[in-house]
Formats: sequence, C-alpha cells, structure tokens
Amino acid sequence: MDMAKGRFGNIKGWLYLLPAVLFLGAFLVYPLIDVFIYSFEEGYNFTSQTYYGVGIYNYSYVLHDTYFLQAVKNTFLLVVITVPVSTGLALLISVALHSIKRFRNLLQTIYFLPYVTNTLAVGLVFMILFKKTAYSDGMINLLIHFFGGSSIDFIDGPYWAKMLVLCIYTIWVVMPFKILILTGALASVNEDYYKAARVDGTSKFRIFYKITLPMISPMIFYLVITGFIGAFKAYSDVVALFGTDLNAAGMNTIVGYVYDMLYGDSGGYPSYASAAAIILFVIVLTITCINLMISRKNVSYQ
Amino acid sequence: MEIRLQNLTKTFPCRDRKAGRSVRRKKEDKTNTNTAGAEKSADIENAAKNRQSAKSGQDVIAVNDFTFTIPDGKLIGLLGPSGCGKSTTLNLISGLLTPTSGRIFFGQDDVTELPPEHRGIGLVFQNYALYPHLTVRQNILFPLENRKGKDRLTKTQMQEMADEVARLVQIDTLMERKPGELSGGQQQRVAIARALVKQPRVLLLDEPLSNLDARLRLQTREEIRRIQRETGITTIFVTHDQDEAMSISDQIVVMRDGVVQQTGRPQEVYDSPANLFVAKFLGTPPINVFEGRVRDGVLYIGTDALPGMLERLSGVSVWSANSELTSGTVCGAGVTVNERQGMQKTSAAVKTNAGSAGFEDREVWVGIRPEGFLLREDGPLCCDLTGVEVMGRDVSVLSRNEASVSRTVRSIISTDNQVDTSSATVRFALRPEKVFLFDKETEERI
Repeated sequence: MDMAKGRFGNIKGWLYLLPAVLFLGAFLVYPLIDVFIYSFEEGYNFTSQTYYGVGIYNYSYVLHDTYFLQAVKNTFLLVVITVPVSTGLALLISVALHSIKRFRNLLQTIYFLPYVTNTLAVGLVFMILFKKTAYSDGMINLLIHFFGGSSIDFIDGPYWAKMLVLCIYTIWVVMPFKILILTGALASVNEDYYKAARVDGTSKFRIFYKITLPMISPMIFYLVITGFIGAFKAYSDVVALFGTDLNAAGMNTIVGYVYDMLYGDSGGYPSYASAAAIILFVIVLTITCINLMISRKNVSYQ
Repeated sequence: MEIRLQNLTKTFPCRDRKAGRSVRRKKEDKTNTNTAGAEKSADIENAAKNRQSAKSGQDVIAVNDFTFTIPDGKLIGLLGPSGCGKSTTLNLISGLLTPTSGRIFFGQDDVTELPPEHRGIGLVFQNYALYPHLTVRQNILFPLENRKGKDRLTKTQMQEMADEVARLVQIDTLMERKPGELSGGQQQRVAIARALVKQPRVLLLDEPLSNLDARLRLQTREEIRRIQRETGITTIFVTHDQDEAMSISDQIVVMRDGVVQQTGRPQEVYDSPANLFVAKFLGTPPINVFEGRVRDGVLYIGTDALPGMLERLSGVSVWSANSELTSGTVCGAGVTVNERQGMQKTSAAVKTNAGSAGFEDREVWVGIRPEGFLLREDGPLCCDLTGVEVMGRDVSVLSRNEASVSRTVRSIISTDNQVDTSSATVRFALRPEKVFLFDKETEERI
C-alpha cells in the first residue's frame, strides 16, 4: 500500500518535471552529447553525414591552430582583466550610491542604462569614440591630441590598443547588472550591524572590510562566477567592435573561433568546432570549480 | 555612572503632512494638561515652545521634554506601549540619535554632542546584531580590536578580557561557534558579552527579551539582573512588557506619546499610579475601571454607594512615588526639576485634599486593582456573576457591572473564600489602597 502510494507519488513528480526535462533534454543535453561525439569524429561532414575515423586528432589540430591559441590568449586576457575590474568598480559605485540619499534613484537609473541598450548600438558609440575614419580620428584621439599625444588606431592598430578598447567596452557593458545586484545586496544588510559597529567605534574601512563585505559576499561571489562564465563566452561584443573577420584582426575569442569553424570557408569544420567548444567547456568548468572551492572558505551564507 | 537627562526632546520630520498634524495636536494637548497649573517658568516656556512648533512645523515629537536622573549602578526600565518614544530615548542616550533640544550628562560630562563611540556605552540590540560570519569569540573581540594607538591592547589581554566576560554571561563553552548555531538565549548572552567587554560606563538594552520564548524570558531576565548586579554598571533597558520591567528594575519610567508619565520604584508606581494610563498599563490582570461620581462627599460606582471610601482614600499619599525618587537621586539641576515637580504636585494634591472629605461633586474614573476586591455578603459593590476561574493559588471571579468600562470585571480572590457559583450576583467590599480615583477629563489621579 505504502509502496504503491510512494511509487505513484514518484510518477506524479516526474510528470510535473516532464516539460522541463523534455525541453532541456532536446535542446541542451542532446546537443551537448552530440557535440561531444562530433569532437571525436574526424572530418565530419554535415551534408554527407560521413566522417573518416574516430580519435583525438580534432583536439590536436585545434590546440595547434595559431588562431585558436590567439583566441584563447585573447579570451583569458579579457577574463582576467574585466572580471575583477568590473566587479571592483561596480562595488565601489554601489557603495557610493548606497551612501548618498539625493539623486540615488536617478543615478541608479543612469548606471543601469547600458544594460538595456543594444550591444550593436553601444558598439557604434564606441566606434565614434575610438574609430579612425577619413573624417575624424575619433573622440579619444582628439583628447589625446589635446594633451599633446599622437593618435592611436584603436580599431585597426596595435594589439594592446585593441585589447584596451575591448576591455573598456566589456566592463562598461557588464557593470550595470553588477551595480544593480550589489546595491540590492547592500540595501539588504541590516542597519543594526552598522549601528552596533558605530557604537563600538569601528572605523569606516573596518566596517566595510569586516562587516559589509562578508555580508554581501554571496552576491559578490555570484557576480564573479557569472562574470567569469560570461567573459569566457564573449563574442558579440568583439564583433560589434572589430567586425566579423576576427582572425584577421587578431581579436578572435574562443566562441568566435567555434563560430568561424562552423560557418567559415563555405561548409565549415564541425569537428574542429566541436573540439574547440568542448575545450571551452572544460576551461569554464575548471575555473568555476576553483571559484567554488575558494568561495567555500571566503563566502559566508547565513 | 549617573546619567542625567535634561529636557530631552526629539522631533522627527513628518513624512505625511496630515498624520503629522493630528499626532502633534494630540501631543500638544498632552503637554498643556501636564503643565496645567505649573508655576515653573521652564515648564511654561516648554509648553509655549511646543505650541509654537505645533503651529509652524510638521514634526512628530517622539520624546517630549524628558527630564530624569538615573542613579549610578541601578537597573532602569523604560516602559511604555510601542511608539511611545522609549527606543528613541535609548538611542538618544546611546548617541545614535541627536536630540532636538535638551542635554545628556554622564556624571559630570555633557555628552550631548559626543558621538556614540566616545560615550563609553554598550548597546544590545533587539535582534542582537551579532555578526553572523564571525564566531562568538570574534564577535566579543570585535569592539576591542577597534581600538587604536595607546588604547590598543595586546592579543593576550584581549583574549583574557573576552574570556572573562564570557564566563560572566556563561557562554565560555560556546566561544568557537557561529551565532547561527546558538539558541536565542545564548545569542542574547553573546550580545551582552560584546557590549560589556569594552567595560562601558552605561549598558543599554533595547527590548532585550522580546525575541525569546516565554520560559527563556523568565530565565534571561533573572540573568540580566544578575549580570547587572555583578558588574554594577548603570543599565537602562527598554520594554513594552510591564511584567519584565516590574520584576527586575530598580526604577521604572513609564512613557506615553513621548511624555514621561511617571517614574519611581516599580512597587510605588503600581501602588500609586499618577494617572489612568499608568494604572491601566501596569498590572496583570489589568486594573478594572469604572465610571463613578462623587455626590455629597460619597463615591458612587453606578448606583452603588461606597460610603467612607473617600475619607480613606484621602489618607493615601498620592505623590509618594515622586518624592521618594527625588530623595534618592539628589544631584544637580536635573533633579531640582524633579524635586520641584514633586513638590508642586504634592502641594497640588494637598490642595485637593484640603477640603478633607470635601471632594467636590464631580464625575470620576474609579480604578480598582483585581486584588482590591474582597468577597463580602454585605459589600457595597454589586456585580452580576458570570464565571469563576480557578488558578490554584487563588480564584479569579469574573463579573459584570453596568458602570465598568470593560465588559468583564476581573477580581482575584484567595481560595480561602468560597464563591457561591450558583448565585446570580456577587458583592464586594473594596480595599481602599487598591482603589484609585482619576479626573474624568485629564485622567490625572485625584
């Protein structure tokens, strides 16, 4: 009797899960497994659905491809620079926003605007700021001229200039969301903690470091994890700035490389693309695991 | 450390214009009645000031002209219903809020302008405000680690102080746990330990027991009493629970709408309430209030005459609570105000009593404590019997009376007396020391 009831309850549970399971299975799990299989099938062809053999040649090819290595380098640079800088800046701005009373809502709205602005529109604005055209050197170069420097081609010029523009762009795009989350987290810290600290004569810095930061650490951690993953998957931002021929510009990212491999050179190389995608997956998984391990020590959930 | 509050007033800017105006009007009336007949220029000045601000501003007066001296080493309960300004008063003493006007003295030091960290206070919050990410030990050490320069102690000194205070509040076995792993009562002790570790001059407790369950509350209030006795620190705690305040305070301060209603030792305030509000607020079960009147020197409740009651009532000293408080705390200007208030009120009382039994004919509120009823066949007060609740030690007789403000008159009778439950009516005699008369309009004690 009990068993039957238990089994029935189980079935009911699965029934409730069915829509989600079907959807995720068809559009997430199946493609993922498929990609994993493709990545071991050498020279797979979409149209003829044939391949030469099974092995790790795809991985070996991708890992020796200079374009891929450049893409990995670009992606890692982007991640390492933008995640800490954007999170730190967002924290700074949120704390500042939290400490003012007048215009707080207005400023919050202004800071949130980039989030709701179209990526390509933002890319256009950055073009105006940085791109050298026949008519203008771009706003930033005008500024550099004003201070007596010589103009730099940020879009087609040296690598560091291009990387700088990409980092500034990425930081600018991801900040609003982080500010939104962090101002929310700051507002949710009970005022009594601050009062207690004040009565005990705690310095402002110590209050921030010893009370505020641990209190909002789960949110910071959340932003760091999603920030890492987001930055590793960077693509559209790069296209918005440097156009579609990213390999030529030397500004390709891992996702960009995957995309190029799938659709480039009429027909593409799905096997290489799959191998690159799996490598990206492993990288993101590893970094996230490291993040989780670090967080266990430093993040305090109540 | 003796604490002196002098004409302390705190007004908050009002958010809602309409509400602010109505609240203020009520406060204004209150002030006027309180200072009615006052000969003191200060009081008149204050009343004038309040009236003025009432016309011009839109503010809510949270604490209104609070003057009181807290003697050194005593446990003081700030008591009142929610929204009466008791927490505001505590925050003013702590320095988290700055008063609109008035001064605060710790001993001889005027601390009114001092920020909280320089006042030497320990503050325990209602929700304890323990830092959840720190262990008990780290929480207790926190105030000590804040110190800089020459005040900074060595690590071992800090640890010793933390251990000592932990032993005092009996949490020395829990030092390595996080607050989330402790019970409410234990968290409370940690909060007290954290407040005490910096050896404050004053300990302030905001609703210290309200987050605990009933059994723990009893235990913890004894604990607070013990800790206060052992450390000898002047302690002020805020509560809306009159039981709590009565049971452990050396003195209580009853507040209402930002105005101090009465101060004194718990028993004195209970035995001699200054007005109807204090009488109703103190005591469980609460006092029974009847509409009564004085006719030709005789007190009537409804149609029942209580011959001789007025004569016996006038024998009871009305303002003994205040004069007693004054004699205990003589010091400085704050007390002179107290003293004068006491004197003025006593003289007022004498004046009304001067006509001896000659209470003029008037409408009154008659307050009778539940224990003031005596079961007598020939008692003057007749009520309809509605029920009897046996409570072991004594019985509670429930009855109804036309003149009673509440539906049920509750009296507590010792079990020695047999209650005839079959009878429809019950007659009571009254113990005069448990009977209080209040003016119908001002609700002040007559």
